Amino acid sequence: MAIAVLAFVVLRAAVVPRSFGQYGHYRGAAIAEIAARPVAFAGHDVCEACHTDVVDQKKLGRHVVVPCEACHGALAKHADDPASVTPAKLDTAVVCARCHEANAAKPKGFPQVATADHSGGLACDTCHQPHRPKIETKAETKPATEAKK
Amino acid sequence: MDITRRRLLMLLPAAAVAWKYVQAGTPEASPNYKLTEHWWSMLIDIPKCIGCGSCVRACAEENDVPEGYYRTWIERYHVADWKIERPEVESPDGGKQGFPPHPDDGGKNFFVPKLCNQCADSPCTQVCPVGATFVTPDGVVLVDKNYCLGCRYCVQACPYGCRFINPKTNTAEKCSLCYHRITKGLTTACCEVCPTGARQLADLKNPKDPIHEFLRTHTVQVLKPHMATGAKVFYNGMDGSVR
Repeated sequence: MAIAVLAFVVLRAAVVPRSFGQYGHYRGAAIAEIAARPVAFAGHDVCEACHTDVVDQKKLGRHVVVPCEACHGALAKHADDPASVTPAKLDTAVVCARCHEANAAKPKGFPQVATADHSGGLACDTCHQPHRPKIETKAETKPATEAKK
Repeated sequence: MDITRRRLLMLLPAAAVAWKYVQAGTPEASPNYKLTEHWWSMLIDIPKCIGCGSCVRACAEENDVPEGYYRTWIERYHVADWKIERPEVESPDGGKQGFPPHPDDGGKNFFVPKLCNQCADSPCTQVCPVGATFVTPDGVVLVDKNYCLGCRYCVQACPYGCRFINPKTNTAEKCSLCYHRITKGLTTACCEVCPTGARQLADLKNPKDPIHEFLRTHTVQVLKPHMATGAKVFYNGMDGSVR
């Protein structure tokens, strides 16, 4: 009987992962393993630390709330190694339309256009500056530094 | 061998030591992140969602989600005035590439992002026979890929249809609330790229989190409240037709 109990304890210790039961009825080490995975999106704070000129431009327009990687994609690798990993140039005819193509289900106040009628296939950045999209007249246009004052 | 009272008393301390060894495991918590100081949830502000699909694409890239499967997806609802009980719901490719133009022919049209509701009393964790899926002390439902058998019980148990079997690993998969990001002080990939702020990660244990003010001043709902799952993904401005 004692040998059976001992065998059970030894076998259990060998078979059941050591961290099983640490937090509950699961392998506690799994939490740390999942948390240790690398990230793909760096986060806008990381982008803004270097690209301050773009931040200044964005502050002047409605795209100030749009995070960098919403358009530019995942760039954690670029943030880790800016010299050798460079983001691809965006096709604004595709990227802008994702948000601004007219759709009855979009909020009524959200700026939207039927791109085929609006631009006739031209890339959006032919007329709009993506970081500061409103087309301004000369009088409205102020340098970023002046407008901040 | 007969077990006498004396022998039993001699064996018990050894058994106790062995049991402690089994249970102790190796503490691997990050020194900068305390599991017990957080209780994660998410806020979805439906009137802000433009159905651009950024969240779906970001989720797929961040979490290596196979093509044709979704940890998060967007549904477009069309609720005709006379058919409120039977809304038309579509989600082409999970809304990954946005939605084709839809004519405004009356009724209500809106987008609803969906994801794992991170239930506090989750049915999926209760049915797992091996303890491969669980609620962490900080309120996130996770899947231990190294322990999952792929039995699909959890896929059937989830009332929200948030789980699938990953064809590469043959294990259950679902939104992990980007656990590898939030434990590093980042927000989830879907919240990071949302251009309108329709998705907000929230920590219910953080008294300074704006979620508390939002919950106090808005009428928010959870999906399928009658299931009593303790869902922690809160929806603002949700139409009664949403299921």
